[in-house]
Amino acid sequence: MSTAQQTLLLIGATSDIGHATAQAFAGAGWNVLLTARNTETAQRNRDDIAARSGSEVSLLHLDILDTSGFATFLDGLPVLPDAVVCVVGELGDQQQAQGDIDHASKVIRTNFEGPALLLGMIAERFAQRGSGTIVGVSSVAGDRGRGSNYVYGAAKAGFSAFLSGLRNRLSPGGINVITVKPGFVRTRMTEGMKLPPLLTAEPGEVGAAILGAVQGRKRDVLYVRKLWRPVMMAVRAIPEPIFKKMRL
Amino acid sequence: MLLEGWGRFPRHESEMLVASAPGELAALLHDRHGMIARGNGRAYGDAAIGSRISVSAKRLNRMKAFDPATGVLTAEAGLLLSEILDAFVPRGFFPPVVPGTKHVTLGGMIASDVHGKNHHRDGGFGALLQSLKLVLPSGETHHCSPDENTELFHATIGGMGLTGIITEASIKLRPIETAFITQKTTVAPDLAAALAALDAADNVTYSVAWIDCLAGGGSLGRSLVYAGEHASRSEMEAARHGDMLAVSRPARLSVPLDLPGWTLNRASVLAFNELYFRKGARNGDAAALVHYNPYFFPLDGVDRWNRIYGRRGFLQHQCVVPPDNAHAVLSEILERFARSGRASFLAVLKKLGQGQGMMSFPMPGYTLALDVHVRDDIFTLLNEIDEVVTRAGGRLYLAKDARQSRATFRAGYPALAQFQDLRRHIGVEGQIASKLSERLAI
Repeated sequence: MSTAQQTLLLIGATSDIGHATAQAFAGAGWNVLLTARNTETAQRNRDDIAARSGSEVSLLHLDILDTSGFATFLDGLPVLPDAVVCVVGELGDQQQAQGDIDHASKVIRTNFEGPALLLGMIAERFAQRGSGTIVGVSSVAGDRGRGSNYVYGAAKAGFSAFLSGLRNRLSPGGINVITVKPGFVRTRMTEGMKLPPLLTAEPGEVGAAILGAVQGRKRDVLYVRKLWRPVMMAVRAIPEPIFKKMRL
Repeated sequence: MLLEGWGRFPRHESEMLVASAPGELAALLHDRHGMIARGNGRAYGDAAIGSRISVSAKRLNRMKAFDPATGVLTAEAGLLLSEILDAFVPRGFFPPVVPGTKHVTLGGMIASDVHGKNHHRDGGFGALLQSLKLVLPSGETHHCSPDENTELFHATIGGMGLTGIITEASIKLRPIETAFITQKTTVAPDLAAALAALDAADNVTYSVAWIDCLAGGGSLGRSLVYAGEHASRSEMEAARHGDMLAVSRPARLSVPLDLPGWTLNRASVLAFNELYFRKGARNGDAAALVHYNPYFFPLDGVDRWNRIYGRRGFLQHQCVVPPDNAHAVLSEILERFARSGRASFLAVLKKLGQGQGMMSFPMPGYTLALDVHVRDDIFTLLNEIDEVVTRAGGRLYLAKDARQSRATFRAGYPALAQFQDLRRHIGVEGQIASKLSERLAI
């Protein structure tokens, strides 16, 4: 399969995972459209990908919270992409979110509302064309709500459910929808944290896994480090009367 | 945090600052003292450990631009050589100078003015450097090149990071047709033959000799001398079929744990050397095609090989001595190591040309590098060997150094006073300082 003319739309170019993903696709010969809220910061990543790959890489402005601007944004794309990957997310501060409704709302809108609505609109265009791959980077945090991050987790759970529904509806029409749950990733966000090595991926691994999932090794739900699947199965299996007493 | 170099000796406490983008540096450096930039931590000794603060450049790893027409790559200074190779070998380009490991940063290669197997012909990393950007603790940024801020440019090449933080550089990559090297091996039965073989390879792009440093008497300095050229497409096609611009094979073998210090006792070193020598001797004089990874970075094939020396770590002694009288001087050094029974399996002999930087290690002559365990009795031996080097008018490589004396250093680096003046003049004295610069009073 030749990928020379394929185009990736990458939502969230300033994130480490987004950068690594765009790099993996560009390295495989894809043209890349990057989006970022802060295009000044993202320019550094755009230049990096372009210099490394020699592929065509453009950078567009998009604010994931500006849902009313999505239609204009999509209409203005130079080409309807072959695949879209959304890595936008914000961990936020759980404690702050408990008392500060604006912060909680921003975490929910950034992790759920914005990404889900945007991918939903793109899905309609893909369905019309009859082809396309949609990748949403969700989180293992959405697999079960925990006291330490449930605002973020609930938003991710919503996003995962949205992607699951989209997949259920569109897979007969040839549209692939992939939910990625990266687990721990060594990024700026986790800098300095002590992370379990077997459950922690490098951004490059996540990028390569997403490229692999899009380019043939079809996956529905992708845990980058395989150990996460049994771990999260176990976490989900704990009965609620016990789970509620655990400090997680 | 506790920091160490690749040799794992010495270890020092140092605060660690991480810059996420070049634009953050000025604020990060503001009003601080005793800082040094740290790349991938592959300097062997204390060169990349700040006297108080180490400024990690690992996140400053973005490429900025590449022009396929000229081969000029501009990138941030924390970019790894391995990333340059991964990106550009498949596109038919190769860095003009590569050291013995690809796990080093662009900034580190400039700061050490690293040399490759082509130094005798092409010079060091500094010779092929187009320009660099330097940020001072004051927040000032200086663009330096052979035509702009020339003194600062030459002081930064080989300046061990002591002129400021290198944030960006441009290098010119060379076109290649394949990822392979045509390697010709010469078996040299003694040191004189090894030096002669290196001299005979003056017009060959790459040359290096591996010395069996435990061989004594008439076999002292017996070596395998490897000469190499980038293989052309037609040479490759004649030899075999396959992907001619393949990037890499993964590390074959890893050293997962600290092995006890006795792993490298005399018997095992002897066995390794004997094996290596015979293997090479069998292929002697026959040209072979070798992938660039094993050719340039043989030890990168063993992940974290520094751990085989155990917890106390090891020292690499790398000196250069001028060509006159080199045979006698190198014989004496090899004899002393052989007599001590402390020498490593890794001994490399290489011909060098002129250095580019004010404080660059290379000078016309021959450089000898070998590893020794850190043991209580090793320092006396190395000091004696340093005296031989100093008497011969030679010097030690600062990127490898963890223990030379101030006297040895001063004798070897006559431009020191000029370098110190420049540091005072640009106002970085005290603010930019490493454990190495403190130890050697730079």
